[in-house]
This record gives sequence, C-alpha cells and structure tokens, in this order.
Amino acid sequence: MRKVAVIGVGMTKFGELWHASFRDLMIEAGVRALEDAGIGGDDIQAAYVGNMSAGRFIQQEHVGALIADYSGLAPIPCTRVEAACASGGLALRQAWMDVASGLHDIVIAAGIEKMTDVLAGAAIETLATAADQEWEAFVGATFPSLYALMARRHMYEFGTTEEQMAAVAVKNHNFANMNPYAQYHIQVTVEKVLKSPPVAKPLKLLDCSPISDGAACVVLAPAEQSRKYTDTPVLIEGSGHATDTLGLHGRKSLVGLEATVRASREAYKMAGIEPSDVHVAEVHDCFTIAEIMAIEDLGFCKKGEGGKFTEEGQTNLGGKVVVNPSGGLKGKGHPVGATGVAQVVEIVHQLREEAGKRQMEGAEIGLTHNVGGTGATVVVHIFRRMT
Amino acid sequence: MRAGIVGYGVYIPIYRIKIAEIAKVWGGRTGGLGLEEKSVAGPDEDTATMAVEATRNALARAQVDPKDIGAVYVGTESPPYAVKPAATIVAEAIGATPETTAADWEFACKAGTAAVQACMGLVLSGVIKYGVAVGADNAQCRPGDALEYTAAAGAASYIIGKEEEALAIIEGTYSYTTDTPDFWRREGKPYPAHGGRFTGRPAYFKHIISAAEGLMRKFDLSVDDFDYAVFHQPNAKFPLEAAKELGLPKEKVLPGLVVGKIGNTYSASSMMGLAAVLDKAEAGQRILMVSYGSGAGSDAFSLLVTERIKEKRNLAPTVEHYLNRRVLIDYGTYSKLKYLVAE
Repeated sequence: MRKVAVIGVGMTKFGELWHASFRDLMIEAGVRALEDAGIGGDDIQAAYVGNMSAGRFIQQEHVGALIADYSGLAPIPCTRVEAACASGGLALRQAWMDVASGLHDIVIAAGIEKMTDVLAGAAIETLATAADQEWEAFVGATFPSLYALMARRHMYEFGTTEEQMAAVAVKNHNFANMNPYAQYHIQVTVEKVLKSPPVAKPLKLLDCSPISDGAACVVLAPAEQSRKYTDTPVLIEGSGHATDTLGLHGRKSLVGLEATVRASREAYKMAGIEPSDVHVAEVHDCFTIAEIMAIEDLGFCKKGEGGKFTEEGQTNLGGKVVVNPSGGLKGKGHPVGATGVAQVVEIVHQLREEAGKRQMEGAEIGLTHNVGGTGATVVVHIFRRMT
Repeated sequence: MRAGIVGYGVYIPIYRIKIAEIAKVWGGRTGGLGLEEKSVAGPDEDTATMAVEATRNALARAQVDPKDIGAVYVGTESPPYAVKPAATIVAEAIGATPETTAADWEFACKAGTAAVQACMGLVLSGVIKYGVAVGADNAQCRPGDALEYTAAAGAASYIIGKEEEALAIIEGTYSYTTDTPDFWRREGKPYPAHGGRFTGRPAYFKHIISAAEGLMRKFDLSVDDFDYAVFHQPNAKFPLEAAKELGLPKEKVLPGLVVGKIGNTYSASSMMGLAAVLDKAEAGQRILMVSYGSGAGSDAFSLLVTERIKEKRNLAPTVEHYLNRRVLIDYGTYSKLKYLVAE
C-alpha cells in the first residue's frame, strides 16, 4: 500500500444555515479544499461523500451523482458512504484505501448534512434511524436517552459526576469561541450546563450536541507526490474501522465503546504509535459523556478516569492531550455526515500550526475518532505532520 | 391630502381557555411566550360574524352613512368558505350593498393591513369616499401543535376616509415583502404548517424591523418621534424583542400588547393592538404600527392622533371592555367548539 497524504482541506461554517442549500454547502467546502490544495476540478479522479440521510432531511437520494454533477466533476466516480454519524470518517477511509491501493492519485473525501430544513422532531426521528429500529427506536428510544443510560452506568461504576460532564461542555464551547467556523460563540460555565433544561437525565441541553447544517472536504494524494501541491502535507499514518451490535442492549459493557477500542488499536498499530504519543485529537462528543468514554477507550487515560482527567484540564491546552480544539461536535456543531471530515480539517490545521488561538504548540501527531449511532460503527484515523 | 382612520372597532369572543389547561392536556410547557389565556370562538361564531361585529363597532364610531362605503375588504386566513367571500356577508350586514365592491384578502396575518393600504389608495384617488378594512381570524391549528398554545379568535375593523374626518391621520406607510416560507397551509389541508425556529429571525424579526426602519427612513422619523409602538403579536415575547432591537422602550409597546390575555388573533393581531392604543392615546400623539404576515411581509404605518379621538372613543366598546368580558372553558369544551363544530 502507498502512503497517503492530505494536501488540502476546507469546510463551511456550521450552524442553522437557512440561506444555503445542500448543494451550496458542498460546493463551498469543496472549492475551499481545492483552493487550499492549489488544484482544479480536472485534477480530481474520484470522490467519496459521507452523508447520513439526505433522503429524509431534504428528500434527495443519489447524492453521489448529484454532487459530481453539480460540482462539474462528472463523469468521475463519486460514491456516497453511509454509516450514520460516522459517514464522514468512513468516506475518508474509503478515499484513503482508493489512493493507497494505487487505483487513483488525487481523491476527495467529503461530508455533508443539511438538517435544519425539517423541524426538530423530524430531525430527531431521522437521527434515531441510526439506532436499532426494531429493538430501540420503535419503543421510543432516542439518542439522548441511550447515551443517558451510558452516562448513568458510568456514574454508577466510576463515580463520574454531572460536573465532570459539564467540564467537557465548558472546554469545548471555549474552544468553539476561538473557531470562526463553529456554530456557537457563547460563554458556557459549569453552572450554566447544570442549570440547562433536562433532556434525558442526567443529560441536560448543554450536554448535547446540536442539529446543524454544514459540509467539509479534504483532498488526498499519494505521499510521494504531495510536495508537488503543498509545503505542508499531512500523512494519514493509520486507519481503523470497527463495528459492534447495532443496539445498545447487545453490548457487554455500557461504560465504553468496544468499537472505539478496536478501531483505535488497529490505527495505532498501523501508525506504530502508542495512545500517549497523540498530541491532539478530535473525538466524537455527541454528548459530553461520549467524550469522557472516548478518551478512556482511546487510551488517553484509564477506564473510569475520563471525568477526572477532563476536570483536571488534561484535555485542554497545556494538558496531556488536547481534545476537540475545534469545539467538537458540542460547540462547532454536528451536521452528522460532515462531522468525520470536519474533524480531519481541524487536525490538519493543528498539524500545520494554522489553528490560531486554539493551536496546540508543536502538535505533530493527531487523531480523529468518529462514531456512528451508539458505537455500532467507529472510525479512527491517525495523522502526522510530514517531515 | 392624506388618508386617515375615521372609525375603528374590535370584537373578541367571550370564551377563554387558559394556556396552562392546554399544556396540561398535551404535556407541553407554557413558559416563554408570555400568554395566560387565549380567546375561543363560540358555537355560532366564525370569521365572518366576528368581522361583522367589529365593523358595526367601527361604524358606530365613524358615524358615516353605510351607503358611502365604496369598498369592504376582509383580510383573513380562516374564511368560512374557501370559495365565496366573507366580505359580502359583512357588506350586506352593515348595509353597504349593493353599490360597493367587496373582497377577501389573504396574506397570512397581515391581510388586514394590506386592505388598509388598498382603501387608502381608493380614498386618495377619489374612487371611493370610505373603505372598510377588516382583519379577522378564527385561527386554525392542529391539536397539540405548538400553534395551539397561541391560535385565537378575534376581529378588528377600520373605516378609512380623508384626513379631515380622521381620528388618526395615516402620515405614511411602507411595506417590506420577500418570498419567505415560514408558515403556510396547502390547499385541501385542514391545518397550517410552520418552520419552527425559522419563523423567528429570518421571518418575523427581519420583516418587522426592516419595515419599521424603512418607514422611519422614508418619512424622516426616529423612534423618539413615536409615543406608542404596535407590532404583530404572535406571542408576548417577539414584539418586545423587536422593540428592543429598534431602540424603543417597552413602555411604548405595553399599552398595545394584548396578546397575553387573548392569544394571537392572526389577521386581527396588530390591528387589535392599534385599537387598544387608540382607546388611550391623546391628540397629537404619534403611533408606529407594523403588521407581519407569513410568507412574508410587513406593512408599517405612522399614525398621528387628532382631536376627534375624544368624541369618537366612547361611541363603541373598547378593547378593554372585550378583554374583561370573559368566560373560562376547559379543554373538553374548547375541543368541541374548536374542532368538532368546525367539521
């Protein structure tokens, strides 16, 4: 397999983007990525697009062809990849495999979701299709309620507190305030999180990521060609993908995601690194408890210590590993299909030292962690600044 | 020459339901909208009957010969007939027929103020002597929908004539219109649909604020020139937020803010608020009034109250009179009146 590098990244602002359509968003992110890579549409040989549910959100399927057509890239092959909220991360993995295999050289990995054209109730129903319909969704389970079960068990087994979960929200919103592309620029305190309206106890409104519109795009090239396009290529050193039971009730444990452990170990092994080597990570904090479980499962701290680790500031600037400097899903927003690719955009900015106030100084190794559903799909990638 | 209001009148049905009673049934929350109760049309009431009541009150104040009324326009989104005007019922009931024109107007919650502008044109061009513009609705909503917490019933009627006879001169009007789908009802559908949060910032606020600013720019006025401000009132929160953004103190808005006690009367909403202000205003005072209709648009008006207000005000029941005339009903009775009777 060939080594693969990221040579360009771009994304739209995330948010309630009433002025922009699905197509507008994809083009905006794509053009930014191409400009960043210094290439034109004619250079692109294939594209992979992560999208969870255009069919339900905007009544549009066949979005691979739509995007190729609307961006002027047709007749190149363009494939839609779906793995619920992990669609973006999985699109990147398909694009990486394409370049690594030698089939194509310049390949795009993109992600997009346009969620706010439907009312909140319809959006929640659509998101719930990522759970097990027969055993979970039909009996009324929604994602906040499923993650609330995990949070309760985590609190029971390890003494994790609501204040520790709130610390995740405070940190990520603080980072989001430094990110011009973030959905929210608001001041959040532990007290505000604790006093926000309950959603599914113990999760409150400010423990949850929002419903968002947005798109992100990255351009991949064989590592040996990457210097032709950029002075700062970022290598994809490892890729891991694991699945688990679709329903939460089938899991051996409720206090972590086995698929995160498996996908990350595969990626670490491929990259030849240990968890402690990671400088900066974008993890899937769809709920605050999800970040606490993620940093444990990824091996940044011991199982059960994620709350304390966060509260101590170990995941903030100056800590052991900077987690979600983009603001995460929590503060930057969570257009589900775009999230996995937007995580890569942030890590690339961090490794190129272009992240402004939220920059982790000297970041050389970065990680992205993208989860579908309650952990039935997990995709992990490891990046390294090319020297 | 300017046009003006020569008579105004309102009507609010006697029945009220507490918002908390609706919330009790559907498990919703009552906070945030600033509403206590909403009005409910009785078993023998609809948009046409309420428009008639309001217009009779307007005529009582105007004291004009109904035969001099050359146009009767009813702005509504809940006419009793899909085809067959409510306006002819009103025209007939007040004795304006047959030498008059009549039509129903539709522009969500601002059809009534659009009809006011049309009457101004006909009066100022000399085509008619007086015109009647009514905003009336028995607002529709799907049971349990967010709209059910506010959708109410009521009517407000304005007789437009020349400024010499006016109790309030319409100094100027300015409209702001775009194609914005925030709230709609498709043909054949019983209940309207809405775009949730989209109904706020890009819809209500954008149009209300742009229309108010446009009016002030066009007629060289500032917020300090107005003694009162009335905005379309879908709830008690939006008008106060719009006022704050325009730099208007809430003391200028509260006298016309009646939504808390009767709910959103849709096409009658801003016109009802204006009537509540006219019930109190003194000669020489200036009123800013901005309607809002989904779809979307706002009509802004600058009104100057004249000496005539004193003699006219007490010739018909005030808004306050109707606010205090109330019989509380429970959800069961409400359901019978609102949904079963309508079928």
